[in-house]
Amino acid sequence: MSEFGWYTEKVIDHYQNPRNLGELEDADGVGVVGNPTCGDMMQIQIKVRDGRIEDVKFKTFGCGAAIATTSVATELIKGKTIEEALQVTNRDVMDILGGLPPVKVHCSLLAEEAIRAAVEDYRSKQGESDQ
Amino acid sequence: MRRIYMDHNATTPLREEVLEAMLPYLREEFGNASSLHHFGIQARRAVERARETVATALGAKPREIVLTGCGTESDNQAIKGVACANRHKGDHIITSRVEHKAVLQTCEYLEKHGFRVTYLPVDAYGVVNPDDVAQAITEQTILVSVMFANNEVGTIQPIAEIARVCRERGVPFHTDAVQAVGKLPVDVKALGIDLLSLSAHKFYGPKGVGALYVRQGVRVDPLLHGGHQERGRRAATENVAGIVGAAKALELRLDEMAAEAERLMALRERLHEGIIAKIDHVYLNGHPTQRLPGTLSLSFDFIEGEAIIMGLDLAGVAVSSGSACTSASLEPSHVLLAMGVHPGVAQGSIRFSLGRGNTEQDVDVVLEVLPGIVERLRAMSMFSPENPYPEEMSRGQKHWRGEEVA
Repeated sequence: MSEFGWYTEKVIDHYQNPRNLGELEDADGVGVVGNPTCGDMMQIQIKVRDGRIEDVKFKTFGCGAAIATTSVATELIKGKTIEEALQVTNRDVMDILGGLPPVKVHCSLLAEEAIRAAVEDYRSKQGESDQ
Repeated sequence: MRRIYMDHNATTPLREEVLEAMLPYLREEFGNASSLHHFGIQARRAVERARETVATALGAKPREIVLTGCGTESDNQAIKGVACANRHKGDHIITSRVEHKAVLQTCEYLEKHGFRVTYLPVDAYGVVNPDDVAQAITEQTILVSVMFANNEVGTIQPIAEIARVCRERGVPFHTDAVQAVGKLPVDVKALGIDLLSLSAHKFYGPKGVGALYVRQGVRVDPLLHGGHQERGRRAATENVAGIVGAAKALELRLDEMAAEAERLMALRERLHEGIIAKIDHVYLNGHPTQRLPGTLSLSFDFIEGEAIIMGLDLAGVAVSSGSACTSASLEPSHVLLAMGVHPGVAQGSIRFSLGRGNTEQDVDVVLEVLPGIVERLRAMSMFSPENPYPEEMSRGQKHWRGEEVA
């Protein structure tokens, strides 16, 4: 992606065919980041079994890049352990998409944050149930 | 894929006749209009003929027209030029919250240099109240600048009334008419306008040419120094081909303007009615009637405007966003916020701006593809009629990176 380029084929593909779109009925962790005032809001839900993310779903209010980065984020963590999911960075998301225009890099950061928020939510709920 | 262009407020295609009129000045008639020989004289004649055409179109005198490099430059010169030339008289400027950034950021720049600026509010339709202008004028006021018609929502301001208020108080009145010239009748004398900005590429002329009307007797400093051109008001070798093209485009546009306005308004209504018949939770931005003929700004609840634009673009339809999502600030459109539109709703706005090339068939294509795009994006969104935007969510909320949203 050149500095002046716009969306790659990969971004368009994820925008048109988002992976893991929707909601889980019995999520173990939910991460919601961003807000509509800024034009981007993401929700990632995870279902965890034996420390591994068994299922994941997302919803996004935002531009094409916001939709694509959340979609990629869910692909990156599905089937991974909680620890592995926390290793995922916005760089990984960007690499899969073949880059983003500079003004859209924040979407990949938000997607990374959504993963962490979902995991943190899962962990805090685990903590509660242990008590 | 057949591409449909519905972004004429951003720019318009160059007319074939305009290109033909320009070509000689890019080829054999290449002279510098300041040269004293045959080549220079040919160029000078072309520039002065063009100036006359522009002046006639606005109801002005040729010597009142400064040919510039763009609409932004015209706005800059009007505001900075009047401010600098009248600093001894006062330090106060009045403008509105819905101006183009070319006006707003020029005013902000002047604030850094000691001027005081009043940014007038607008009503829910984006209209400035002339009484507010009257109340804001003080002994120190040296300029009032209110746009003729808004680029995002198309609302037309009560220009004659605002101009009258300014005239009564002896304050020069500038209007950014970049979106109005070529779309609406504009007569500077009849309306009482002292300074007016226009841009050629908004009416099927070339990019890189604008004009600033300056009523005789109004003092304006130049932005560009270094030559005698434009009666000392803009030093620079004239863009002869561009200027010729601008005049030709304006001339052609005025001939068809009334008929085109009627045609575009009918197309716009067909589009608007079709959309609200097929899609729920859609709102019109801007004045229902006092609006540019081809402009239709709509907000779609629960989704973001740029995502709609992308969907339409992939379907071959080019439109713009009212939202400023592409800018680093991520803030919704300042125009919609000034009109009191909810920030979340403002993010879901798109602007159709119809023009010469558009047909009923184009409108019907949009009506065919848009409902599916909106439906798909709403299925992706966490917001819905059952799960609306948070009530408390508004200005002043922390951005996710911890920055304050102004």
